Amino acid sequence: MAECHPVGFQWVMEAKARGATVIHVDPRFTRTSALADRHVPIRAGADIAFLGGLINHVLTGGLDFREYVVAYTNAGAVLREDFVDTEDLDGLFSGYDPDGRHYDTTSWQYEDAQAAPAAGDRDQWSQEDTESHGAESIKASAGGQRYGSGGAALANKPQIDETLQHPRCVYQVLKRHFARYTPELVEQVCGVPVADFLAVADAITRNSGRDRTTAWVYSVGWTQHTVGVQYIRCASILQTLLGNIGRPGGGILALRGHASIQGSTDIPTLFDLLPGYIPMPQAHQHEDLDAFVAADSGQTGFWGNMRSYAVSLLKAYWGDAATRQNDFCFDYLPRITGDHGTYQTVVDQIAGKVKGYFLTGENPAVGSANGRMQRLGMANLDWLVVRDLTLVESATFWRNAPEIETGELSTDRIGTEVFFLPAAAHTEKSGSFTNTQRLLQWHRKATEPAGDARSDLWFYFHLGRIVRDKLAGSTDERDRPVLDLAWDYPTEGALAEPSADAVLAEISGRDAAGRPLDAYTQLRDDGSTACGCWIYCGVYADGVNQADRRKSRTEQSWVAPEWGWAWPANRRIIYNRASADPDGNPWSERKRYVWWDAGQGRWLGADVPDFEPTKPPDYLPPEGATAQDALSGTDPFIMQTDGKAWLFAPAGLADGPFPAHYEPVESPVDNLVYGQRTNPVRESFPEPANRYHPFGTDVFPYVFTTYRLTEHHTAGGMSRALARLSELQPGMFCEVSPALAEERGLRHMEWATVVTARAAIEARVFVTERLRPLRIGDRVVHQVGLPYHWGVDGITTGDSANDLLAAVLDPNVHIQESKAATCDIRPGRRPRGPDLRALVASYRRRGRVDDEDRPEE
Amino acid sequence: MTQQDAHTPRMGFFTDTSVCIGCKACEVACKEWNAVPTKGMDLLGTSYDNTGGLGADTWRHVAFVEQPVPVPDAAGSAQGADGMRWLMASDVCKHCTHAACLDVCPTGALFRTEYGTVVVQEDVCNGCGYCVPACPYGVIERRESDGRAFKCTLCYDRLGEGLEPACAKACPTDSIQFGELDELRERADLRLANLLDAGESDARLYGRDPDDGVGGDGAFFLLLDEPEVYGLPPDPVVTTRDLPSMWKHAGVAALTVAAGVAASFLGRRS
Amino acid sequence: MSKRGERAMVPDAEFRSYYGRPILKEPAWKTPDVPAYLFLGGLAGASASSAALADVTGRPALRRIGRLVAAGAASASVGALVHDLGVPTRFLNMLRVVKPTSPLSVGSWVLAPFSGLTAGVAAAELTGRLPRLARLAGLAAGALGPVMCTYTSVLLADTATPAWHEAYRELPFLFAGGALTSGAGATLLAAPVDQCAPARRMGWVGTGLELAASAVMERSHGITSEPYRTGRVGRLLRVGQGLTVAGGVLSALGRRRRWVSAVAGAAYLAGGACMRFGVFDAGRVSARDPKYVVVPQRERLNGSR
Ligand SMILES: Nc1nc2c(c(=O)[nH]1)N[C@H]1C(S)=C(S)[C@@H](COP(=O)(O)OP(=O)(O)OC[C@H]3O[C@@H](n4cnc5c(=O)[nH]c(N)nc54)[C@H](O)[C@@H]3O)O[C@H]1N2
Ligand SMILES: Nc1nc2c(c(=O)[nH]1)N[C@H]1C(S)=C(S)[C@@H](COP(=O)(O)OP(=O)(O)OC[C@H]3O[C@@H](n4cnc5c(=O)[nH]c(N)nc54)[C@H](O)[C@@H]3O)O[C@H]1N2
Ligand code: SF4
Ligand code: SF4
Ligand code: SF4
Ligand code: SF4
Ligand code: SF4
Ligand SMILES: [Mo]
Repeated sequence: MAECHPVGFQWVMEAKARGATVIHVDPRFTRTSALADRHVPIRAGADIAFLGGLINHVLTGGLDFREYVVAYTNAGAVLREDFVDTEDLDGLFSGYDPDGRHYDTTSWQYEDAQAAPAAGDRDQWSQEDTESHGAESIKASAGGQRYGSGGAALANKPQIDETLQHPRCVYQVLKRHFARYTPELVEQVCGVPVADFLAVADAITRNSGRDRTTAWVYSVGWTQHTVGVQYIRCASILQTLLGNIGRPGGGILALRGHASIQGSTDIPTLFDLLPGYIPMPQAHQHEDLDAFVAADSGQTGFWGNMRSYAVSLLKAYWGDAATRQNDFCFDYLPRITGDHGTYQTVVDQIAGKVKGYFLTGENPAVGSANGRMQRLGMANLDWLVVRDLTLVESATFWRNAPEIETGELSTDRIGTEVFFLPAAAHTEKSGSFTNTQRLLQWHRKATEPAGDARSDLWFYFHLGRIVRDKLAGSTDERDRPVLDLAWDYPTEGALAEPSADAVLAEISGRDAAGRPLDAYTQLRDDGSTACGCWIYCGVYADGVNQADRRKSRTEQSWVAPEWGWAWPANRRIIYNRASADPDGNPWSERKRYVWWDAGQGRWLGADVPDFEPTKPPDYLPPEGATAQDALSGTDPFIMQTDGKAWLFAPAGLADGPFPAHYEPVESPVDNLVYGQRTNPVRESFPEPANRYHPFGTDVFPYVFTTYRLTEHHTAGGMSRALARLSELQPGMFCEVSPALAEERGLRHMEWATVVTARAAIEARVFVTERLRPLRIGDRVVHQVGLPYHWGVDGITTGDSANDLLAAVLDPNVHIQESKAATCDIRPGRRPRGPDLRALVASYRRRGRVDDEDRPEE
Repeated sequence: MTQQDAHTPRMGFFTDTSVCIGCKACEVACKEWNAVPTKGMDLLGTSYDNTGGLGADTWRHVAFVEQPVPVPDAAGSAQGADGMRWLMASDVCKHCTHAACLDVCPTGALFRTEYGTVVVQEDVCNGCGYCVPACPYGVIERRESDGRAFKCTLCYDRLGEGLEPACAKACPTDSIQFGELDELRERADLRLANLLDAGESDARLYGRDPDDGVGGDGAFFLLLDEPEVYGLPPDPVVTTRDLPSMWKHAGVAALTVAAGVAASFLGRRS
Repeated sequence: MSKRGERAMVPDAEFRSYYGRPILKEPAWKTPDVPAYLFLGGLAGASASSAALADVTGRPALRRIGRLVAAGAASASVGALVHDLGVPTRFLNMLRVVKPTSPLSVGSWVLAPFSGLTAGVAAAELTGRLPRLARLAGLAAGALGPVMCTYTSVLLADTATPAWHEAYRELPFLFAGGALTSGAGATLLAAPVDQCAPARRMGWVGTGLELAASAVMERSHGITSEPYRTGRVGRLLRVGQGLTVAGGVLSALGRRRRWVSAVAGAAYLAGGACMRFGVFDAGRVSARDPKYVVVPQRERLNGSR
C-alpha cells in the first residue's frame, strides 16, 4: 500500500500512531513492510490457505462474533442434501462437469429455495448459447463483477436454523470445510511459520468484536490469480465471522488502480455490464425488457427494482425516442453472444476474427499478460486506434516490437493501419474521479490541452456527432439506435469541448419535468425518470455538482459527508445498519455509527444510514412482499436478496460456493490441501503463443511475481515518458535473495536472463534480503521479483515482465494470473535476434511444454 | 516586500524518518516546483536509491538502507530467523545556525533570510565554488552546466506567499514537517520519547541540539540508527569555528615569511 | 560504545557508511587552476617582499627580478582564479562585499590591490618612470606579500575537507615555506650567482619551514593525515620534498656556477608546485572517502562521552 497508494497510506500511518497494529502479508519485504509492525512473508498464490487458516482458527476457537453472525449472515441457512463439499470430492464441489470444465450450481442452493432458473437468470447463459459457444462461454458469463453493487439474485429466502446446529447449516458446513486449514498446514503451504501465523490470528481476533474492528486492505496481490475472487471471498467470510462488515474501522478495502478505475466499473468499460452493474443483455435470451428483468423483478432486496433502473437508463440513452410502446428502445441495446473479454479478443485477433481495435488509455503491449501474444494480435489487425498521452509501445509496435528484432515480424509486412490520436490528460479536462471508497471527486481543467490533444469526452462526442451526420436521413432500421440517441450535449470553448458537468447531470438523473433527482429511490419504471447510472443518482441533486464539494474535514463531522459525494446516496460506509445490533443500538459506544432512534422513529447516525430511514428494527415483511419490502428490520445487507451476508455463496460464483486453496496454474509444488491441484474452472487459452508450463517440470523451478514500483506507473506511458520519474528508477531489474543468487551464480547489478515458455527477458540483478526463500512442504521455494513497468519506448527502456507470463484467468472476472508463475533465471544478458526464440524453444523442449493446458499432470 | 519584522520566527524542517515510506514525492515535488534539472538515468543498485545524495540537481534525497535485524519475537518465535528493516530517510540542506557555506561565500550570494534559512541568490553567485567544500554535510554543489552553486532554498518563494515548502506539502505521511523551529523541536522531543518508550532504543534526534558543532540545524531529523548509516556526518562542525585560529596561524606564518625574507636580506652581502 | 571507539583507533578503521558513498562534496575547484593559483600566489608574495627589500637594500638586479616575477605571478594567479569561476564574468562580484569570515573574500581584497600594485611597479621597472612612486608601491606590495603567501592556506583550511581543515595549524607554515622556496627559486633561476645570496638564504629558511610543517602535518592528525602519506598524493609530496631539499643543496653548491644555481631554482619551483598539487589532491582524497569524515568524528564523539 505504501508502494502503490502512498497518499492513502498516510491514514494507515495515522492509525498506527493512534495505536493500530499494522500487519503486512506479502511475498516481498516492501516499503509497506518497512512501516508495518509485522511483515509476514508468504508464498505468492497461497493466501487462501492463510486466510482459511484464520477462519479455522476463529471457528475452532469459538472466536466469532456470535450475535452478529446469527443475526446478519446466512450462517443458519440450511443447504440442500445433494451439496457435496471439497472434503468429499478431494477438492471439487458437487456439480462439476469435467468435459465442459464448469460447475452446474444447482446443488449449491439453499434447501427448499428454488434455484434461480437458468433462463432469465443473471448468471447463466441460455441453453442455446451453451451449445453454440461451448463451455467457455458459461464461465465467461459468470461475470462476478456484475455484483459490484450487490449480490447475486436468489429466488427464495432460505430456511434458517438460528442455533447453527443443523448438520447442513452453513455454519457447520463451513466449519467442516475449513477444518483442515490448521496452522501446520498453513506453514506447509504458505511458508509462514506457525508462530507467525498464530501471532496474526491473535492480533485480528483480539481486535474484533463489539468494541474493536479489524480492516483488511488488498489490491492486486490478491486479485491477479486464477482464484482471485475466492481470495476476496475468503476475506469476506473471515470479516463476516468477526463482525467487521458495515462497521467503522472494519471492511475489506479494495485499493483500486488507475485514478478512476472504480468509476470505470460503475459506469463500465467492461463488455458484459451496463452502468450500475446492470448486466448486458444476451442474444436470444433477452428478447424483450420483461425477459431481461425477469430474474430480478418481483424478487427481494433493492435489486427487485431493476426495471426502474433499466428503464431510466434507456431513457437517458434514447430520450424521447424511448417509449413504453417501443419497450423503451430495449431492442437498441447491443447483445453479447459470448466472451468478449480482452484476452479472448486477442486470441481472436490472432485467429483473424477481429479486424479493428480501439485502445483508449491502455498499453497492452506492455501492460497485459503475454506481451508477445498481444503484439502478434495487434499486428494482425486491419486498423488500430490508439488514444494516449504519448506514443506508447502499443502504438509503435509496428516499428520497434521485440518481435521485429527476433525476425518474427517485420514492419513492411505488418498490415495494421495505426491511428494515433493524442489524448488530453486529466489536468487538461474537467471530470470526476471515483475512488476506492466509491467517492466521486470533481476536478477542473487547469490548462487547455496542447496541440491536437483532445479529451476522450470530446473524441467520443464528436465521433458520435459525425457518425450521426453521416447517417442522417438513412432509412435503414439498423441505423435507428444511433440516430435516435439523445446526443445533445452542450459544448464550450474554442475546442467545442462537451460539458462534463452536463454529462454528470445526465448520469445523476432527472424527472419528466427535467428536475434533478435526489436519490435512486425516486427512479420509476414508467419512463418518467431518466438516469445514466442508478447508483450515481443524486450526485447532481438540487442541480448542484455534489462531487465538487470541498468542505474541510475540520469544518464538519468526522465522517466528512460534505467532501465530494459517495455512491449510493452519499453513503460512506455501506451496509452500515450492521454497525447497530438487531435492536438498533450501537454494538458499543466506541464503535457507534448509525442507530435506531425510537423516539423519532428513524435511523440516525454519523453517516447516511444504509437502510430505509423509517423501517424499524422489528419490521417483519408481510407475505408476498417484494424488493426492499421483503427484507426485515434486521437484514442489513439490503442489496442481497435475503438481506444477509453470505458465508456461503449459493449463487454468483463460477468456481465454488466456498473458497478452496488451489495452486497457481504454474507452481513448483503440488497442492498439499486437495488432490485437485488448480482451479478446475479457470479460463485458459491453450494457443501456440500462450503455452503453459506443465506441472512437475524442473526446468522452471522458481516462482516469480510481478509488481509495481512507486516511481513508475503500470505500463509506463505516464512515467517512463517523464524524466523526473524515470531517473528515480532508471532500469529494469529483478530481485532475488542471496540464497538464490548463490544457487544460480547471480551477482548484484550484473545482468540476468529470466526464461519461461513464452519469452526470455533480461534485467539487472538486485540481490536483497527483502526476498526470502520459503520452506514449502519439504522443499525450499525461491521467489524472483519483477517490476512490470518497462518496455521499448520512453526515457528509460527495458524488457517487459509481461512477456514472461501466459494468459490464464480467474473464471469469475477474467483477471489474469500475473502474481504467481514459474520461471528459470540464469546469469548474463539474453541472446539477441533469432537466438532469443531459439533459447525459449530449447527451454520448451526440455520442459516438455506443449499446446495443451494440462496442469493436472 | 517580503521583508518582515525582526520577530519573524525561525522556520525549519523536522524530518521524522521513522514514518518515511520512501515514496520520493518530496524529491519530485522539489524538482517540479524549483525547476531543478534531472540528474540523468543512473541505476545505482543501492537499494531503491538511484539519486545517491544531495547535490546541485538534488535538493531532497531519499536514502534507503536495508539492514538485517533480529525478528521481533512472535509469541515464542524461537526459530532464530533473522528479520530485516528498511530505513528510509529524506535528506535536505540543514539550514545550519552557523552555516559554513554562507560564512565562506565571498560574494554574499548566500544569505540568511528573515526566516532564518540559508539561500543562494542565483544572480549574485559567481560560481567560485567555495561553499562546496565548506559545507560539513556535503549539501551544496556547483552545477556543471551552469557554473553556479545550488541547493535547497527552503522554498523561499513559497514562504513569502504563506505556503509551506513543496516537499513538505507533497509528503504523504508527514515525515517532513515544516514549521517554527521551536515548535518543531518540542514536537520532535515528544516523538522521540514515544519511540523510546515503544522500544525503539536506537531512535535519536540529529541536528536538533543548538549546542552542536553547527549551532543546531534549521532542518533536523529523527533517525533510527547512527547518522553515518544514512550518509550523514556523525559530528559535523562549522569550519569557521576555527577560523580565528586559522587567521592567527596564517598571521604568524606571514610574519615568519616577512622575517625570513628580511633575515635573508639583512645578511652579509656576498 | 567503547567498542566502536577502539575499532576507530586502528588505522584501517571499521566504520559504517551509506554504501561507501562520500559524505562531503569534493572541492569544485579544478586542477591545474587552483593548485596553480596557490603556487603563483606564494611565488608572487615572496617575490614582492624580496623585491621590496632588494630595493631598500640596493640590489637592483634582485629588485628587477622580484618585481617582474611578482607581477607576472600575481596576474597569472588572478587569471587562474577567474578561469576557475563557474561564471567568470562575475569575477567582480568578489568585491561586492568584504567578509572576514570568507578567506576568499579577504584574499580577493588582498589580491586585487596586490596585483594592481605589482603590475604598476613592474611597469615602472620596465619603463623606468616614476621610480619614487614605484618604490612606495613596491613597499606596499612587499608588505602584502607575506599575506599573499599564507592566506591561501586558510582558504583551504576553512573548509570541511578533512585533510585541509585538520591541518589548519601547519598549512600556513607549509605554504609560507613553499612561498619562500619558490621566491628564492625564481631568483636563483634568473639572477647572476653573485647576487643570489639572499635568495639562497630565503630558500633555506623556506626549506626548513616546509619540511618541519609537513613532518607535523603528516603525523599528528591520525587517520586524517593518511592522505598526505599514502597513494599518489604521498608520492607527489615525497617528490616535492625531494626537489625542495635538492634545491637547497644545489643552491649551496651553485654559489659559483650559474647553471647549478639555476637548476636549484628550478628544483625549488618544481618542489613548490608538487607540494601545492599534492596538498590540493590530499583534500580531494579525504573528501571522497567517508572514512575520513566518520572515523575522526566518531572518535571525537566517543572521546567526549
Ligand atoms: N506508484 C504506483 N501506484 C500505483 C500503480 C502504479 O503502477 N504505480 N498502479 C495502480 C494500479 S492500476 C493498481 S491495480 C494498484 C495496484 O496496487 P498493488 O496491488 O499494491 O500493486 P502490486 O505491486 O502489483 O502488488 C502488490 C503486492 O502484491 C504482492 N503479491 C504478489 N503475489 C501475492 C500473493 O499471492 N499474496 C499476497 N498477499 N501478496 C502478493 C507483491 O509482492 C506486491 O508487493 O496500484 C495503483 N497505484
Ligand atoms: N505482470 C503484470 N501485469 C499487469 C499487472 C501486474 O500487476 N502485473 N497489473 C495489471 C493492472 S492492475 C492494470 S490496471 C494494467 C494496466 O495496464 P494498462 O492500462 O495497459 O497500462 P497503463 O500504462 O496504465 O495505460 C494507461 C494509458 O493511458 C494513458 N492515459 C492517461 N490518461 C489518459 C486519458 O485521460 N485519456 C487517454 N485516452 N489516455 C490516457 C497513459 O498515458 C497510459 O499509457 O496492467 C495489468 N498488468
Ligand atoms: S498518484 Fe494520485 S492517486 Fe496515486 S497515490 Fe498519488 S495522489 Fe493518490
Ligand atoms: S547544510 Fe551545508 S549548505 Fe546547508 S546551510 Fe549548512 S553549510 Fe550551508
Ligand atoms: S559558489 Fe556562489 S554561493 Fe558558493 S561561495 Fe561562491 S559565490 Fe557564494
Ligand atoms: S524546501 Fe523547497 S527547495 Fe528545499 S528541498 Fe523542499 S521543495 Fe526543495
Ligand atoms: S515524501 Fe515523505 S514519505 Fe515520501 S520519501 Fe519524502 S519524506 Fe519520505
Ligand atoms: Mo490496476
